[in-house]
Amino acid sequence: MARELPYIAAIGEAIHQEMERDDTVLYIGQNIATTDDDPYLKAFGSDRVRVTPISETAEIGMAIGAAMAGYRPVVELYMAEFMLVAMDQVVNEANRFHYMTAGQVNVPVVLKAGYGFTAGWAGQHTGTIYGMFMGVPGLKVALPATPADAKGLMTASIRDDNPVVFFHHYLLTLEHGDVPEGEHVVPLGQANVVREGGDVTIVALGYMLGQALEAAEQLASEGVQAEVIDPRTLAPLDTATILTSVEKTGRLVVVDQSTRHGSAAAVIAAEVASEGFSSLKAPVQLVTALDATIPYSEPMEQYLLPDAAKIAAAVLESPVPA
Amino acid sequence: MPDHDLDRERLVWIFTQMLRVREFEERVKRTFEEHPGVIRGHTHLADGAEASIVGSLATLRPDDQLLTTYRCHGYPIVLGTDPKAIMAEIYGRKDGLCGGYGGSMHLTDVGRGFLGTSGIVGQGIPHAAGAAYAAQIRGQGQVVLSFFGDGATKQGAFHETLNIASLWKLPVVFVMENNNYNVHTRVEQEDANAAVGEPLAVKAKAHSMPGVSVDGGDPIAVYETVSAAVERARSGEGPTLVESLVYRLSAHGNLIAPPGVPLHYPEHEAIAHFGNREEYEAALRGDPVPRFRGRLVEDGTVSAEDADRIAEEVRAEMQAAVDFGLESPFPPAEAATNYVYA
Repeated sequence: MARELPYIAAIGEAIHQEMERDDTVLYIGQNIATTDDDPYLKAFGSDRVRVTPISETAEIGMAIGAAMAGYRPVVELYMAEFMLVAMDQVVNEANRFHYMTAGQVNVPVVLKAGYGFTAGWAGQHTGTIYGMFMGVPGLKVALPATPADAKGLMTASIRDDNPVVFFHHYLLTLEHGDVPEGEHVVPLGQANVVREGGDVTIVALGYMLGQALEAAEQLASEGVQAEVIDPRTLAPLDTATILTSVEKTGRLVVVDQSTRHGSAAAVIAAEVASEGFSSLKAPVQLVTALDATIPYSEPMEQYLLPDAAKIAAAVLESPVPA
Repeated sequence: MPDHDLDRERLVWIFTQMLRVREFEERVKRTFEEHPGVIRGHTHLADGAEASIVGSLATLRPDDQLLTTYRCHGYPIVLGTDPKAIMAEIYGRKDGLCGGYGGSMHLTDVGRGFLGTSGIVGQGIPHAAGAAYAAQIRGQGQVVLSFFGDGATKQGAFHETLNIASLWKLPVVFVMENNNYNVHTRVEQEDANAAVGEPLAVKAKAHSMPGVSVDGGDPIAVYETVSAAVERARSGEGPTLVESLVYRLSAHGNLIAPPGVPLHYPEHEAIAHFGNREEYEAALRGDPVPRFRGRLVEDGTVSAEDADRIAEEVRAEMQAAVDFGLESPFPPAEAATNYVYA
């Protein structure tokens, strides 16, 4: 049975259910469990649920150590940018140990990081930085765009034996959607064809899924049938689903809120150009943020960011195959 | 009367382990001359720190755990890891402790409590505290030792971790091996405490935990100091910062000389960089290995003949490690894509 839940509550439900299911799941981070009526604290106690100081290196590093010693910590990081002060732990510690020890060590850590708070948070709290992590060997990157996927991907992330960076978009926080009750797992590495269509493939990352679906509606009214794909995880990346779609449509538009040269879109475009060149009947289009820091003032902020209109325009302006 | 609880057998064990670590490191060093090109990258030796390493590890229960720095050859040797597997790892071979995936800087033997080794200065300190958090939850009285150098205490990871470890009363002991050098920066050039003549152990005060300094060249003194800290951790009272004063008798690491291969170990930075031969020679006169041997022979714990016999056995053991390492095959190249994900 499904019922409506906000995106953020779906994530919380996954963490709660996994903590019930598995005693080794821990939940630590800043500004959680600071009062006795905290629901996690009440349910699971202060051994497994702990507030940490503003010490990202220690929080993430200790989560890695606890994982090496047999636990499955979920680290509440609030904002994705806060990982940047602890980058070594994320891209040069957590992901290395399984490999460097020839499999003696597993590091099942989930780093829960909100991103893309493009609602007037200006330059340092609005970044869409998952592109930095997708090419890091040993790290998995989850990018839920819907409440149901948020629950399913968090469940899979907690159960995975590898470190996972779980990026949730701040503007989706209170978006409602159907979420299955009970156990719900979305496997890491499985894209979702959200809308079928034969004229153009739109791969939309994270928050951009909603914008892409809106664009697809607009395109349909103009006689263009777009197939919209949500990769759901960037590492592993389900290139096969994207290639299959491009084989059918011959056209690809990749939509990403990241700055172009740091975008996952650029990697996806390269994969399709390399593996699916013969299917392409038109150049791959990237619809990304412009290469600038996100400004505070609203008109400037909107100017930089991709949206439904820009996606539709990119499709309509790109050469149509004969 | 000795003021410690170490019996004769245990003292001989400590002496033997110190010899094993020393001989192993000597054989690594000699490999650069005798088998050029066999060791790649950067290798860091623990000669001079044997008393500190063995004295610290002598305090542990079999189910205790540790994480260390990239100067990590000594610990697994003392824990009982086969030196053949360690040498084969340093030689990049298939039979290496980590299958040739890690090399000298990332030795790991989970079965013996040696959970993993970060090669980035200071970054293993939170890992140790995390393992201690796990031990606290399990509630079986396990303790985790965290080894790092004086340089690491200038890292945020050190201070962030000591704060949480003290706040949460984690069962961890922070053992800082202060060898006075960060590569070729002297400690008083980079440490505010050292610059005014204070011990680095005072850093504990900022995190409301005990901080003690100990002569890291004396294994019994290290054993006693770390024992007290381990007992404190085990009883739930929280962490301690132990500053163990050691002198590394080799340079920071082997020569980095691209292109080509390093043919020898460079001289210690005291001589090579600061021209201070007196300091280095004084350190050699205080070499903890002959110093402890002399003490045991003098007080009759071990005879000179027995000490020589042990040393001979250790030489044979480490020769066998070298031979094993050289004979072990390389891993198949295509194995490089294994273990990317668990």
